[in-house]
Amino acid sequence: MTIDRYLKLALIGTAAGLFSGLFGVGGGTVIVPLLVLWLGYREHEATGTSLAAIVVIAAVAAASQGAYGNVRVAQSMLIGVPAIGGVLLGTALQQRLPARTISLLFAAALVGTAVDLVLR
Amino acid sequence: MIGLVLVGVAAGALSGLLGVGGGVLFVPGLVVLAGLAQHQAEATSLLAIVPVALVGAYRQDRYGNVHRRDALLVGVLSAAGAVAGVALANALSGRQLRVAFAALMLAVAVQLLRKALRQPGDGTRRADGDAGASD
Repeated sequence: MTIDRYLKLALIGTAAGLFSGLFGVGGGTVIVPLLVLWLGYREHEATGTSLAAIVVIAAVAAASQGAYGNVRVAQSMLIGVPAIGGVLLGTALQQRLPARTISLLFAAALVGTAVDLVLR
Repeated sequence: MIGLVLVGVAAGALSGLLGVGGGVLFVPGLVVLAGLAQHQAEATSLLAIVPVALVGAYRQDRYGNVHRRDALLVGVLSAAGAVAGVALANALSGRQLRVAFAALMLAVAVQLLRKALRQPGDGTRRADGDAGASD
């Protein structure tokens, strides 16, 4: 792994954290396209690696929010446990989709997020 | 209750498809259907994301799609960046920042579109030879 590659990864991580802290937009929105565009990741690898990074990010953020007493555990389970079923479906479906379709869906999601940010 | 379950399934499916946390659906779901305040919904969403991302990453790892060391580096630096982001958000005015970031996201969307339309549909091309050399 070259220095250049480390620098890009460090920049992606910092940008993802910075933007999620600033705008409340999740890290994946920043991580996935930058892995694809800067590091030449294939789409499936970018989304898989992004999810693994999000585990770390969300765990740290949830712990610090928990310290402020903002986390409602029961509601998080009520919405989060069904989501585990959803993510199993989503990852299985994703393996059948071509990379291009994932990029197109992601671009659409970015446009939707941008509109939401402006209208907020 | 059934509404929360449905939003949860949809958020999880989005998470698996696009590699995002799913907070974009969790947060409004918790506000509208569970009656949480915005800041409580954001905090609660973060806790819900942990197991979802964990299971999604585990499945993707089985498919060979996770570069563990890259993910760890990005994740740890993100956590540090988020602390700075929260501090900045309290110091700066929100509106112009959000519009600037939205413009940046649109530019990234255009880049993704251009790349997607250039590459063959099977998507097996790897642009950077060392992308897989990190594990």
